[in-house]
Amino acid sequence: MVTLLVISGVVFVGVRMIPGDPARVLAGTDADAAGLEEIREKYGLNAPLPLQYARWLGLAVRGDLGESIRTRQPVRQTVAAKLPITIELACLSLLVAIAIAIPAGIVAAVRRNTVWDLLASGISLCGVSVPNFWLGIMLILLVSVRLGWLPASGFVPLGDDPLGNIKRMVMPALVLGAGLAAVLMRQTRNAMIEVLSADYVRTARAKGLAQPAVVVRHALRNGLIPVVTILGLQMGALMSGAVVTEQIFVIPGFGRLIVEAVFTRDYPVVQGVVLITASAYVLINLLVDVSYTVLNPRIRVRGTADGA
Amino acid sequence: MAREAAVWHVVRRRPAAAAGALIVALYVALALGAPWIARQDPTRTDWSQIRKAPSLAHPFGTDDLGRDGFARVIWGARISMQAGVFSILLAIAIGVPIGLAAGFYRGSFDQVIMRLTDAWLAFPFLILAIGLVTILGPSLTNATIAIGLGATPTYIRLTRGLVLATAAEDYVQSARALGAGDLRLMARHILPNIVSAIVVQATVAIPTAIIAEAVLSFLGLGVQPPAPSWGTMLNTAQQFLEQAPWMAYWPGLAIFVLTLSFNLAGDGLRDILDPRDS
Repeated sequence: MVTLLVISGVVFVGVRMIPGDPARVLAGTDADAAGLEEIREKYGLNAPLPLQYARWLGLAVRGDLGESIRTRQPVRQTVAAKLPITIELACLSLLVAIAIAIPAGIVAAVRRNTVWDLLASGISLCGVSVPNFWLGIMLILLVSVRLGWLPASGFVPLGDDPLGNIKRMVMPALVLGAGLAAVLMRQTRNAMIEVLSADYVRTARAKGLAQPAVVVRHALRNGLIPVVTILGLQMGALMSGAVVTEQIFVIPGFGRLIVEAVFTRDYPVVQGVVLITASAYVLINLLVDVSYTVLNPRIRVRGTADGA
Repeated sequence: MAREAAVWHVVRRRPAAAAGALIVALYVALALGAPWIARQDPTRTDWSQIRKAPSLAHPFGTDDLGRDGFARVIWGARISMQAGVFSILLAIAIGVPIGLAAGFYRGSFDQVIMRLTDAWLAFPFLILAIGLVTILGPSLTNATIAIGLGATPTYIRLTRGLVLATAAEDYVQSARALGAGDLRLMARHILPNIVSAIVVQATVAIPTAIIAEAVLSFLGLGVQPPAPSWGTMLNTAQQFLEQAPWMAYWPGLAIFVLTLSFNLAGDGLRDILDPRDS
């Protein structure tokens, strides 16, 4: 809560420091002084800053984020229209990342110091290092321009045309998921190596359990705890990545919204978007904390995550 | 002596880390020697040479304004390195003293700092950087400041954690018992023991900062044309993917190889400076 309050204050003051006059954007270039003044009055831009902040915060806690200075639509509505697109992108990327990282991490840990381990670790290192917007551009170049398999950009709502939607989401999800997969794979490998050498795993082996049963049922569950932590911390990177990915693939989501809003000095939209992003990040990390207790009943509120 | 031996040990046992360090050194040389290595002016336009494929005269081809791709990539190293190194130096300059004080004095000061740091960290890095650059205006200096401020909370936390552990050590306690003042304790007894962790963190943070500069420039919020930044170059290249794909190859490859080398070198450095981990 305190964190959120500080965030909201910082966002509010920060946005007000952006040079440029939103009234001028609204009024257009040919407005006279009286017209500008009228607009400032109407949107409360003349009130002292603390008052503007109190007004905005009071409405924000009730879910009213004001209206966009540019489109005159409520910010809530604008965000509600864009958010599902970015959430879909994020979920698909997460799916891609988990589908690649967890099996690869397990294989690398189980077959430690073999060619497979080296290969997986090498690819993971490349994944961490490659700038994702360049990866996106290269994918467009290969898949769309050279091979003509998938459309390079654009967006079709999932409800209108599911196949068309997925076709356009495959590359963005791969691009956004790649970096995340690399980080997760590293983490999975390290966590699994640690867990696999634990006493209880040796006991399970001594009981005569087969390798898959040991790995999946005994080791994986404990091994996943640090992985989940990293996943939560990576959400910020995922959101940042979404901004860039949406820019490259021209997806009209949350990320494009913030870039557009910044360029047009649309205060209410920037405030709303940043506040929602930061809140989401805080909330996700809370969920991550909660998920510990599910994965490992030994951890309660006062406990500490082991092996992290 | 021991450290030198450790360096050679790592070079022999981890050739990849050594290669990474070598390539990073090469980039530094390119950045410093750009005027001598790239013989052509990176901002000179030539209307007779628009979007020419790589050739002997222009090994990396030319861009939409007929500028030499090779010269632009080489000069881009200078901008990238500048943004990467200076932003992290800024983060260290702000973050380390704050973290040092918070960890040393504890109590309510520490509490306030940590709450602020939490809020700071709650902004996704790029969103924070975009916001700051919007307030400050787009330029290399402002992008560097924004990236540095984005990396600062990590340094506050890291330093604070290290100080908490170090301040409890016996030798710090005995120095205090001998009458050493706060400043002397921090500067002479605690700081030298946490420097290596801070340096290791920098090898992780610098490549991240380099990518961040490229991203900001790619979005139009960093280095402004006609200055040659890898991010700005990729932004332009995206418009000509079909006609001039080479415009997209080199700047991206330059970023990729540099960050990869930094990461490889960082792994090696961690082994040298912190033998307990390996």
